[in-house]
Amino acid sequence: MEHYHMNLNLKVWRQKNTNTKGDFKTYQVKNISSEMSFLEMFDVLNEQLITEGEEPVAFDHDCREGICGMCSMYINGKPHGPWQANTTCQLHMRAFKDGDTIVVEPWRANAFPVIKDLTVDRSSFDRIIQAGGYISVNTGNAVDGNALPINKDNADNSFAAAMCIGCGACVAACKNSSAMLFLSAKVSHLALLPQGEPERKSRVMNMVAQMDKEGFGACTNTGACEATCPKEISLTNIARLNSEYLGASLSADK
Amino acid sequence: MTWKQVFTSSVGKKLVMGLTGISLVLFLIVHAGINACIFADLVDPEENGAMFNKAAHFMGSTVLIRIMEIGLFAGIILHIYQGYLLTLENKQKRAIGYAVTYKDGSKWYSRSMGLLGTLILLFLILHLYHFWVSARFTHQGLDPVTYNGIEMHNMFALMKVTFSEWWIIAVYSAGCISLAYHLAHGFQSAFRTLGVYNNRYTLMLTSIGYAYSIIIALVFILMPISFKMGWIG
Repeated sequence: MEHYHMNLNLKVWRQKNTNTKGDFKTYQVKNISSEMSFLEMFDVLNEQLITEGEEPVAFDHDCREGICGMCSMYINGKPHGPWQANTTCQLHMRAFKDGDTIVVEPWRANAFPVIKDLTVDRSSFDRIIQAGGYISVNTGNAVDGNALPINKDNADNSFAAAMCIGCGACVAACKNSSAMLFLSAKVSHLALLPQGEPERKSRVMNMVAQMDKEGFGACTNTGACEATCPKEISLTNIARLNSEYLGASLSADK
Repeated sequence: MTWKQVFTSSVGKKLVMGLTGISLVLFLIVHAGINACIFADLVDPEENGAMFNKAAHFMGSTVLIRIMEIGLFAGIILHIYQGYLLTLENKQKRAIGYAVTYKDGSKWYSRSMGLLGTLILLFLILHLYHFWVSARFTHQGLDPVTYNGIEMHNMFALMKVTFSEWWIIAVYSAGCISLAYHLAHGFQSAFRTLGVYNNRYTLMLTSIGYAYSIIIALVFILMPISFKMGWIG
Protein backbone atom coordinates (compact mmCIF):
# COMPACT_ATOMS: atom_id res chain seq x y z
CA MET A 1 0.00 0.00 0.00
CA GLU A 2 1.32 3.40 -0.97
CA HIS A 3 2.60 5.51 1.92
CA TYR A 4 1.85 9.20 1.68
CA HIS A 5 1.62 12.35 3.78
CA MET A 6 -1.27 14.78 3.97
CA ASN A 7 -2.36 18.13 5.30
CA LEU A 8 -5.83 18.18 6.82
CA ASN A 9 -8.43 20.60 8.11
CA LEU A 10 -10.09 19.39 11.27
CA LYS A 11 -13.42 20.73 12.46
CA VAL A 12 -13.53 19.57 16.07
CA TRP A 13 -16.27 19.99 18.67
CA ARG A 14 -14.89 21.85 21.68
CA GLN A 15 -16.87 22.01 24.90
CA LYS A 16 -15.41 23.00 28.23
CA ASN A 17 -17.71 20.85 30.37
CA THR A 18 -21.21 19.39 30.60
CA ASN A 19 -22.83 22.67 31.55
CA THR A 20 -21.25 24.97 28.99
CA LYS A 21 -22.24 25.38 25.37
CA GLY A 22 -19.82 23.95 22.86
CA ASP A 23 -18.95 24.87 19.29
CA PHE A 24 -16.75 23.75 16.41
CA LYS A 25 -13.15 24.92 16.09
CA THR A 26 -11.08 24.47 12.97
CA TYR A 27 -7.48 23.30 13.13
CA GLN A 28 -4.88 22.47 10.50
CA VAL A 29 -2.57 19.51 10.90
CA LYS A 30 0.35 19.05 8.52
CA ASN A 31 2.46 16.18 7.28
CA ILE A 32 0.21 13.43 8.64
CA SER A 33 1.35 9.95 7.64
CA SER A 34 -1.15 7.63 5.98
CA GLU A 35 0.17 4.90 8.33
CA MET A 36 -0.99 6.73 11.43
CA SER A 37 -4.13 5.79 13.28
CA PHE A 38 -6.83 8.43 13.66
CA LEU A 39 -6.05 8.76 17.36
CA GLU A 40 -2.34 9.19 16.62
CA MET A 41 -3.31 12.03 14.31
CA PHE A 42 -5.22 13.53 17.27
CA ASP A 43 -2.09 13.06 19.42
CA VAL A 44 -0.21 15.14 16.82
CA LEU A 45 -2.95 17.79 16.97
CA ASN A 46 -2.79 17.86 20.76
CA GLU A 47 1.05 18.20 20.78
CA GLN A 48 0.56 21.10 18.42
CA LEU A 49 -2.11 22.70 20.63
CA ILE A 50 0.04 22.28 23.75
CA THR A 51 2.99 23.96 21.95
CA GLU A 52 0.70 26.81 20.94
CA GLY A 53 -0.48 27.17 24.54
CA GLU A 54 -3.98 25.97 23.81
CA GLU A 55 -6.00 23.36 25.70
CA PRO A 56 -5.60 19.92 24.07
CA VAL A 57 -8.71 18.14 22.77
CA ALA A 58 -10.13 15.67 25.29
CA PHE A 59 -11.05 12.31 23.75
CA ASP A 60 -11.60 8.81 25.13
CA HIS A 61 -9.18 6.00 24.36
CA ASP A 62 -7.65 3.03 26.12
CA CYS A 63 -6.43 -0.13 24.42
CA ARG A 64 -6.05 1.34 20.92
CA GLU A 65 -6.46 -2.23 19.67
CA GLY A 66 -10.15 -2.12 18.82
CA ILE A 67 -11.26 -4.27 21.73
CA CYS A 68 -12.04 -2.07 24.73
CA GLY A 69 -14.81 0.16 23.40
CA MET A 70 -13.46 3.39 24.86
CA CYS A 71 -12.86 5.41 21.69
CA SER A 72 -15.94 7.17 20.55
CA MET A 73 -15.59 9.83 17.87
CA TYR A 74 -18.32 10.62 15.34
CA ILE A 75 -16.27 11.24 12.21
CA ASN A 76 -17.70 12.85 9.07
CA GLY A 77 -21.21 11.81 9.99
CA LYS A 78 -20.51 8.22 11.08
CA PRO A 79 -19.62 6.75 14.47
CA HIS A 80 -16.02 5.45 14.38
CA GLY A 81 -15.49 6.93 10.92
CA PRO A 82 -15.90 5.71 7.36
CA TRP A 83 -14.68 2.11 7.61
CA GLN A 84 -17.00 -0.81 8.29
CA ALA A 85 -16.73 -2.96 11.42
CA ASN A 86 -14.06 -0.72 12.80
CA THR A 87 -13.30 1.36 15.89
CA THR A 88 -11.89 4.89 15.80
CA CYS A 89 -8.54 3.68 17.14
CA GLN A 90 -8.27 1.21 14.27
CA LEU A 91 -9.25 3.79 11.68
CA HIS A 92 -6.09 4.72 9.81
CA MET A 93 -5.29 7.91 7.99
CA ARG A 94 -5.12 6.12 4.63
CA ALA A 95 -8.91 6.47 4.76
CA PHE A 96 -8.35 10.18 3.98
CA LYS A 97 -6.51 12.17 1.36
CA ASP A 98 -4.50 15.37 1.28
CA GLY A 99 -6.61 18.50 1.74
CA ASP A 100 -9.62 16.73 3.31
CA THR A 101 -11.77 18.43 5.90
CA ILE A 102 -12.77 16.06 8.69
CA VAL A 103 -15.66 16.91 11.02
CA VAL A 104 -15.30 15.28 14.43
CA GLU A 105 -18.17 15.33 16.93
CA PRO A 106 -18.86 13.57 20.22
CA TRP A 107 -21.56 10.86 20.53
CA ARG A 108 -24.75 12.88 20.78
CA ALA A 109 -27.55 11.64 23.03
CA ASN A 110 -29.10 13.05 26.18
CA ALA A 111 -28.18 9.78 27.90
CA PHE A 112 -24.52 10.37 26.94
CA PRO A 113 -23.82 13.90 28.25
CA VAL A 114 -20.58 15.48 27.04
CA ILE A 115 -17.98 15.59 29.80
CA LYS A 116 -15.49 17.61 27.76
CA ASP A 117 -14.86 18.06 24.03
CA LEU A 118 -15.23 14.58 22.47
CA THR A 119 -15.52 12.70 25.76
CA VAL A 120 -19.00 11.58 26.80
CA ASP A 121 -20.33 9.98 29.96
CA ARG A 122 -21.39 6.43 29.11
CA SER A 123 -22.01 5.29 32.68
CA SER A 124 -25.69 4.84 31.72
CA PHE A 125 -24.52 1.64 30.00
CA ASP A 126 -22.92 0.47 33.25
CA ARG A 127 -26.19 1.04 35.11
CA ILE A 128 -28.10 -0.95 32.46
CA ILE A 129 -25.67 -3.84 32.97
CA GLN A 130 -26.04 -3.53 36.75
CA ALA A 131 -29.82 -3.83 36.36
CA GLY A 132 -29.60 -7.37 35.00
CA GLY A 133 -26.49 -8.20 32.99
CA TYR A 134 -25.28 -10.85 35.40
CA ILE A 135 -25.81 -14.50 36.31
CA SER A 136 -25.94 -16.35 39.61
CA VAL A 137 -22.91 -18.53 40.25
CA ASN A 138 -22.45 -20.97 43.12
CA THR A 139 -19.38 -20.40 45.22
CA GLY A 140 -16.88 -23.21 45.68
CA ASN A 141 -14.76 -24.93 43.13
CA ALA A 142 -15.01 -23.84 39.52
CA VAL A 143 -17.45 -25.99 37.55
CA ASP A 144 -16.02 -28.06 34.73
CA GLY A 145 -16.30 -26.10 31.50
CA ASN A 146 -18.02 -28.93 29.68
CA ALA A 147 -20.43 -29.92 32.46
CA LEU A 148 -23.36 -28.12 30.81
CA PRO A 149 -24.20 -29.20 27.27
CA ILE A 150 -24.87 -26.15 25.05
CA ASN A 151 -26.25 -26.25 21.54
CA LYS A 152 -23.55 -25.15 19.05
CA ASP A 153 -25.80 -22.57 17.34
CA ASN A 154 -26.75 -21.04 20.67
CA ALA A 155 -23.11 -20.94 21.75
CA ASP A 156 -22.15 -19.22 18.47
CA ASN A 157 -25.00 -16.70 18.63
CA SER A 158 -24.32 -15.99 22.26
CA PHE A 159 -20.64 -15.43 21.51
CA ALA A 160 -21.49 -13.13 18.60
CA ALA A 161 -23.69 -11.07 20.94
CA ALA A 162 -21.01 -11.09 23.63
CA MET A 163 -18.69 -9.39 21.13
CA CYS A 164 -20.39 -6.08 22.02
CA ILE A 165 -17.78 -3.80 23.54
CA GLY A 166 -20.33 -1.27 24.81
CA CYS A 167 -18.80 1.65 22.92
CA GLY A 168 -22.17 3.32 22.28
CA ALA A 169 -21.81 3.71 18.50
CA CYS A 170 -25.31 2.21 18.14
CA VAL A 171 -26.79 5.01 20.26
CA ALA A 172 -24.75 7.61 18.37
CA ALA A 173 -25.91 6.28 14.99
CA CYS A 174 -29.58 5.85 15.91
CA LYS A 175 -31.92 8.69 14.99
CA ASN A 176 -33.82 7.90 18.19
CA SER A 177 -30.70 7.65 20.40
CA SER A 178 -31.87 4.15 21.25
CA ALA A 179 -29.63 1.74 23.14
CA MET A 180 -31.50 -1.33 21.92
CA LEU A 181 -28.64 -2.92 19.99
CA PHE A 182 -26.39 -2.72 23.05
CA LEU A 183 -29.14 -3.93 25.38
CA SER A 184 -30.21 -6.72 23.02
CA ALA A 185 -26.63 -7.95 22.73
CA LYS A 186 -26.30 -8.11 26.50
CA VAL A 187 -29.68 -9.84 26.93
CA SER A 188 -29.10 -12.28 24.04
CA HIS A 189 -25.64 -13.17 25.27
CA LEU A 190 -27.06 -14.52 28.53
CA ALA A 191 -30.55 -15.61 27.38
CA LEU A 192 -29.02 -18.06 24.90
CA LEU A 193 -27.02 -19.90 27.55
CA PRO A 194 -28.24 -22.20 30.33
CA GLN A 195 -26.23 -20.12 32.80
CA GLY A 196 -28.48 -17.16 32.08
CA GLU A 197 -31.71 -19.08 32.67
CA PRO A 198 -32.42 -18.31 36.37
CA GLU A 199 -32.66 -14.52 35.83
CA ARG A 200 -33.90 -14.74 32.26
CA LYS A 201 -37.25 -12.98 32.77
CA SER A 202 -36.29 -10.45 35.42
CA ARG A 203 -33.16 -9.56 33.46
CA VAL A 204 -34.93 -8.35 30.34
CA MET A 205 -37.64 -6.50 32.28
CA ASN A 206 -35.18 -4.75 34.59
CA MET A 207 -32.70 -3.86 31.86
CA VAL A 208 -35.40 -2.36 29.60
CA ALA A 209 -36.77 -0.38 32.57
CA GLN A 210 -33.27 0.92 33.33
CA MET A 211 -32.67 1.81 29.67
CA ASP A 212 -35.87 3.87 29.65
CA LYS A 213 -34.92 5.52 32.93
CA GLU A 214 -31.57 6.57 31.49
CA GLY A 215 -33.34 8.50 28.71
CA PHE A 216 -32.57 6.44 25.61
CA GLY A 217 -35.12 6.41 22.79
CA ALA A 218 -37.27 3.58 21.45
CA CYS A 219 -36.06 1.35 18.61
CA THR A 220 -37.68 1.77 15.20
CA ASN A 221 -35.64 -0.95 13.46
CA THR A 222 -33.94 1.37 10.96
CA GLY A 223 -30.75 -0.70 11.05
CA ALA A 224 -28.36 2.25 11.39
CA CYS A 225 -26.94 0.71 14.59
CA GLU A 226 -26.10 -2.59 12.93
CA ALA A 227 -24.48 -0.81 9.98
CA THR A 228 -22.12 1.17 12.17
CA CYS A 229 -21.38 -1.36 14.94
CA PRO A 230 -17.63 -2.05 15.12
CA LYS A 231 -18.38 -5.60 16.23
CA GLU A 232 -21.15 -6.21 13.69
CA ILE A 233 -23.77 -7.02 16.33
CA SER A 234 -26.82 -8.21 14.41
CA LEU A 235 -30.23 -6.51 14.40
CA THR A 236 -31.60 -10.01 15.01
CA ASN A 237 -30.65 -9.54 18.65
CA ILE A 238 -33.18 -6.69 18.94
CA ALA A 239 -35.95 -8.96 17.66
CA ARG A 240 -34.78 -11.60 20.16
CA LEU A 241 -34.90 -9.01 22.95
CA ASN A 242 -38.47 -8.12 21.91
CA SER A 243 -39.34 -11.80 22.05
CA GLU A 244 -37.73 -12.14 25.49
CA TYR A 245 -39.59 -9.05 26.71
CA LEU A 246 -42.94 -10.20 25.36
CA GLY A 247 -42.44 -13.69 26.82
CA ALA A 248 -41.46 -12.30 30.21
CA SER A 249 -44.45 -9.89 30.23
CA LEU A 250 -46.98 -12.54 29.26
CA SER A 251 -45.74 -15.10 31.77
CA ALA A 252 -45.19 -12.66 34.65
CA ASP A 253 -46.88 -13.61 37.90
CA LYS A 254 -48.57 -10.27 38.57
CA MET B 1 -44.49 -5.70 36.23
CA THR B 2 -48.00 -4.38 35.54
CA TRP B 3 -49.58 -4.27 32.08
CA LYS B 4 -49.38 -0.49 32.22
CA GLN B 5 -45.64 -0.66 32.86
CA VAL B 6 -45.25 -3.16 30.02
CA PHE B 7 -47.13 -1.11 27.44
CA THR B 8 -45.63 2.23 28.45
CA SER B 9 -42.03 0.98 28.26
CA SER B 10 -40.06 1.76 25.08
CA VAL B 11 -40.46 -1.87 23.94
CA GLY B 12 -44.16 -1.94 24.92
CA LYS B 13 -44.97 1.23 22.96
CA LYS B 14 -43.43 -0.39 19.92
CA LEU B 15 -45.49 -3.52 20.56
CA VAL B 16 -48.63 -1.37 20.35
CA MET B 17 -47.36 0.09 17.05
CA GLY B 18 -46.62 -3.40 15.72
CA LEU B 19 -49.92 -4.97 16.75
CA THR B 20 -52.05 -2.10 15.43
CA GLY B 21 -49.87 -1.97 12.31
CA ILE B 22 -50.42 -5.67 11.56
CA SER B 23 -54.19 -5.29 12.09
CA LEU B 24 -54.14 -2.42 9.58
CA VAL B 25 -52.13 -4.58 7.17
CA LEU B 26 -54.89 -7.22 7.41
CA PHE B 27 -57.57 -4.56 6.93
CA LEU B 28 -55.86 -3.32 3.76
CA ILE B 29 -56.07 -6.83 2.27
CA VAL B 30 -59.85 -6.85 2.85
CA HIS B 31 -60.18 -3.26 1.60
CA ALA B 32 -58.16 -3.90 -1.57
CA GLY B 33 -59.99 -7.18 -2.18
CA ILE B 34 -63.46 -5.67 -1.95
CA ASN B 35 -62.54 -2.61 -4.00
CA ALA B 36 -60.93 -4.82 -6.63
CA CYS B 37 -64.48 -6.05 -7.40
CA ILE B 38 -64.74 -2.93 -9.60
CA PHE B 39 -62.44 -4.74 -12.04
CA ALA B 40 -65.27 -7.23 -12.73
CA ASP B 41 -66.21 -4.61 -15.32
CA LEU B 42 -63.15 -5.59 -17.32
CA VAL B 43 -64.59 -9.07 -17.82
CA ASP B 44 -68.22 -8.06 -18.26
CA PRO B 45 -68.89 -4.42 -19.32
CA GLU B 46 -72.58 -4.92 -18.55
CA GLU B 47 -71.64 -5.48 -14.92
CA ASN B 48 -71.50 -1.73 -14.22
CA GLY B 49 -70.14 -2.13 -10.71
CA ALA B 50 -72.82 -4.58 -9.49
CA MET B 51 -70.36 -6.93 -7.80
CA PHE B 52 -68.62 -4.04 -6.05
CA ASN B 53 -71.86 -2.38 -4.96
CA LYS B 54 -73.11 -5.65 -3.49
CA ALA B 55 -69.82 -6.20 -1.65
CA ALA B 56 -69.86 -2.62 -0.32
CA HIS B 57 -73.47 -3.08 0.78
CA PHE B 58 -72.57 -6.27 2.61
CA MET B 59 -69.75 -4.45 4.44
CA GLY B 60 -72.11 -1.71 5.57
CA SER B 61 -75.13 -3.78 6.49
CA THR B 62 -73.77 -6.43 8.85
CA VAL B 63 -73.65 -5.79 12.59
CA LEU B 64 -70.49 -7.82 13.05
CA ILE B 65 -68.65 -5.77 10.44
CA ARG B 66 -69.92 -2.54 12.03
CA ILE B 67 -68.42 -3.70 15.34
CA MET B 68 -65.17 -4.56 13.53
CA GLU B 69 -65.27 -1.07 12.04
CA ILE B 70 -65.18 0.42 15.54
CA GLY B 71 -62.16 -1.78 16.29
CA LEU B 72 -60.54 -0.63 13.06
CA PHE B 73 -60.96 3.03 13.97
CA ALA B 74 -59.69 2.38 17.49
CA GLY B 75 -56.63 0.70 15.93
CA ILE B 76 -56.02 3.57 13.51
CA ILE B 77 -56.35 6.20 16.24
CA LEU B 78 -54.05 4.26 18.59
CA HIS B 79 -51.50 3.77 15.79
CA ILE B 80 -51.56 7.51 14.97
CA TYR B 81 -51.43 8.64 18.60
CA GLN B 82 -48.66 6.24 19.59
CA GLY B 83 -46.77 6.98 16.38
CA TYR B 84 -46.68 10.70 17.03
CA LEU B 85 -45.89 10.16 20.70
CA LEU B 86 -42.92 7.91 19.83
CA THR B 87 -41.67 10.25 17.10
CA LEU B 88 -41.75 13.27 19.42
CA GLU B 89 -40.26 11.40 22.38
CA ASN B 90 -37.48 9.91 20.24
CA LYS B 91 -36.63 13.32 18.80
CA GLN B 92 -36.27 14.74 22.29
CA LYS B 93 -33.66 12.13 23.23
CA ARG B 94 -30.99 14.09 21.34
CA ALA B 95 -31.16 17.72 22.44
CA ILE B 96 -28.13 18.74 20.37
CA GLY B 97 -28.08 17.30 16.88
CA TYR B 98 -25.15 16.39 14.66
CA ALA B 99 -23.53 18.77 12.18
CA VAL B 100 -23.24 15.86 9.74
CA THR B 101 -26.13 13.37 9.85
CA TYR B 102 -25.60 9.63 9.46
CA LYS B 103 -27.68 8.42 6.55
CA ASP B 104 -25.80 5.53 4.95
CA GLY B 105 -26.77 2.88 7.46
CA SER B 106 -30.54 3.04 6.97
CA LYS B 107 -33.15 3.56 4.28
CA TRP B 108 -34.71 7.02 3.99
CA TYR B 109 -38.20 5.60 4.41
CA SER B 110 -37.21 3.76 7.59
CA ARG B 111 -36.12 7.10 9.02
CA SER B 112 -39.22 8.93 7.75
CA MET B 113 -42.09 6.87 9.18
CA GLY B 114 -43.52 9.91 10.98
CA LEU B 115 -43.50 12.00 7.80
CA LEU B 116 -44.91 9.18 5.67
CA GLY B 117 -47.57 8.51 8.31
CA THR B 118 -48.55 12.19 8.27
CA LEU B 119 -48.91 12.14 4.47
CA ILE B 120 -51.07 9.01 4.74
CA LEU B 121 -53.17 10.69 7.46
CA LEU B 122 -53.78 13.76 5.24
CA PHE B 123 -54.76 11.45 2.39
CA LEU B 124 -56.96 9.41 4.73
CA ILE B 125 -58.92 12.49 5.81
CA LEU B 126 -59.70 13.31 2.16
CA HIS B 127 -60.44 9.65 1.40
CA LEU B 128 -62.85 9.25 4.34
CA TYR B 129 -64.57 12.49 3.36
CA HIS B 130 -65.03 11.23 -0.20
CA PHE B 131 -66.43 7.79 0.55
CA TRP B 132 -66.92 6.84 4.19
CA VAL B 133 -68.67 10.05 5.34
CA SER B 134 -70.81 9.96 2.22
CA ALA B 135 -71.78 6.28 2.55
CA ARG B 136 -72.44 6.31 6.31
CA PHE B 137 -73.83 9.78 7.00
CA THR B 138 -74.44 12.42 4.34
CA HIS B 139 -75.25 10.18 1.35
CA GLN B 140 -74.00 13.11 -0.71
CA GLY B 141 -73.62 12.23 -4.38
CA LEU B 142 -74.96 8.71 -3.76
CA ASP B 143 -77.71 7.41 -6.00
CA PRO B 144 -79.70 4.30 -5.05
CA VAL B 145 -79.37 1.19 -7.16
CA THR B 146 -81.49 -1.95 -6.88
CA TYR B 147 -80.26 -5.52 -7.26
CA ASN B 148 -82.73 -8.41 -6.82
CA GLY B 149 -85.17 -6.06 -5.16
CA ILE B 150 -82.68 -4.79 -2.57
CA GLU B 151 -81.87 -1.09 -2.69
CA MET B 152 -78.28 -0.12 -2.02
CA HIS B 153 -75.87 2.80 -2.53
CA ASN B 154 -74.29 3.08 -5.94
CA MET B 155 -70.72 3.39 -4.61
CA PHE B 156 -69.40 2.46 -8.04
CA ALA B 157 -70.99 5.60 -9.52
CA LEU B 158 -69.61 7.71 -6.66
CA MET B 159 -66.10 6.37 -7.40
CA LYS B 160 -66.56 7.22 -11.07
CA VAL B 161 -67.56 10.81 -10.30
CA THR B 162 -64.86 11.27 -7.65
CA PHE B 163 -62.12 9.96 -9.91
CA SER B 164 -63.02 12.18 -12.82
CA GLU B 165 -60.60 14.88 -11.71
CA TRP B 166 -56.87 14.58 -12.23
CA TRP B 167 -55.91 16.38 -9.01
CA ILE B 168 -57.82 13.80 -6.95
CA ILE B 169 -56.09 10.98 -8.84
CA ALA B 170 -52.73 12.67 -8.17
CA VAL B 171 -53.47 13.01 -4.43
CA TYR B 172 -54.66 9.39 -4.22
CA SER B 173 -51.57 8.16 -6.05
CA ALA B 174 -49.28 10.19 -3.75
CA GLY B 175 -51.16 8.79 -0.74
CA CYS B 176 -50.71 5.23 -2.00
CA ILE B 177 -47.00 5.74 -2.74
CA SER B 178 -46.54 7.08 0.80
CA LEU B 179 -48.40 4.00 2.02
CA ALA B 180 -46.11 1.71 0.01
CA TYR B 181 -42.97 3.18 1.58
CA HIS B 182 -44.58 3.21 5.03
CA LEU B 183 -45.41 -0.49 4.64
CA ALA B 184 -42.01 -1.36 3.16
CA HIS B 185 -40.49 -0.56 6.55
CA GLY B 186 -43.52 -1.07 8.77
CA PHE B 187 -44.39 -4.60 7.67
CA GLN B 188 -41.07 -6.24 8.56
CA SER B 189 -40.45 -3.91 11.51
CA ALA B 190 -43.79 -4.90 13.08
CA PHE B 191 -42.82 -8.57 13.06
CA ARG B 192 -39.37 -7.83 14.47
CA THR B 193 -41.04 -5.84 17.23
CA LEU B 194 -43.29 -8.78 17.97
CA GLY B 195 -40.16 -10.82 18.49
CA VAL B 196 -39.76 -12.76 15.25
CA TYR B 197 -36.00 -13.21 15.17
CA ASN B 198 -35.40 -16.50 13.35
CA ASN B 199 -33.62 -15.84 10.07
CA ARG B 200 -35.94 -18.32 8.37
CA TYR B 201 -38.91 -16.02 9.03
CA THR B 202 -37.28 -12.58 8.99
CA LEU B 203 -35.98 -13.05 5.44
CA MET B 204 -39.36 -14.38 4.32
CA LEU B 205 -41.27 -11.58 6.06
CA THR B 206 -39.02 -8.90 4.58
CA SER B 207 -39.65 -10.24 1.06
CA ILE B 208 -43.38 -10.61 1.68
CA GLY B 209 -43.39 -7.09 3.12
CA TYR B 210 -41.84 -5.57 -0.01
CA ALA B 211 -44.15 -7.54 -2.30
CA TYR B 212 -47.19 -6.65 -0.19
CA SER B 213 -46.30 -2.91 -0.15
CA ILE B 214 -45.92 -2.76 -3.93
CA ILE B 215 -48.99 -4.87 -4.74
CA ILE B 216 -51.31 -3.04 -2.32
CA ALA B 217 -50.19 0.39 -3.58
CA LEU B 218 -50.48 -0.66 -7.24
CA VAL B 219 -53.95 -2.17 -6.84
CA PHE B 220 -55.21 1.01 -5.16
CA ILE B 221 -53.54 3.38 -7.64
CA LEU B 222 -54.99 1.42 -10.55
CA MET B 223 -58.55 2.11 -9.36
CA PRO B 224 -58.78 5.89 -9.93
CA ILE B 225 -56.64 5.58 -13.07
CA SER B 226 -58.92 2.86 -14.48
CA PHE B 227 -61.98 5.08 -14.02
CA LYS B 228 -60.27 8.15 -15.51
CA MET B 229 -58.93 6.24 -18.48
CA GLY B 230 -62.33 4.72 -19.12
CA TRP B 231 -61.14 1.12 -18.72
CA ILE B 232 -64.05 0.59 -16.34
CA GLY B 233 -67.27 2.43 -15.58
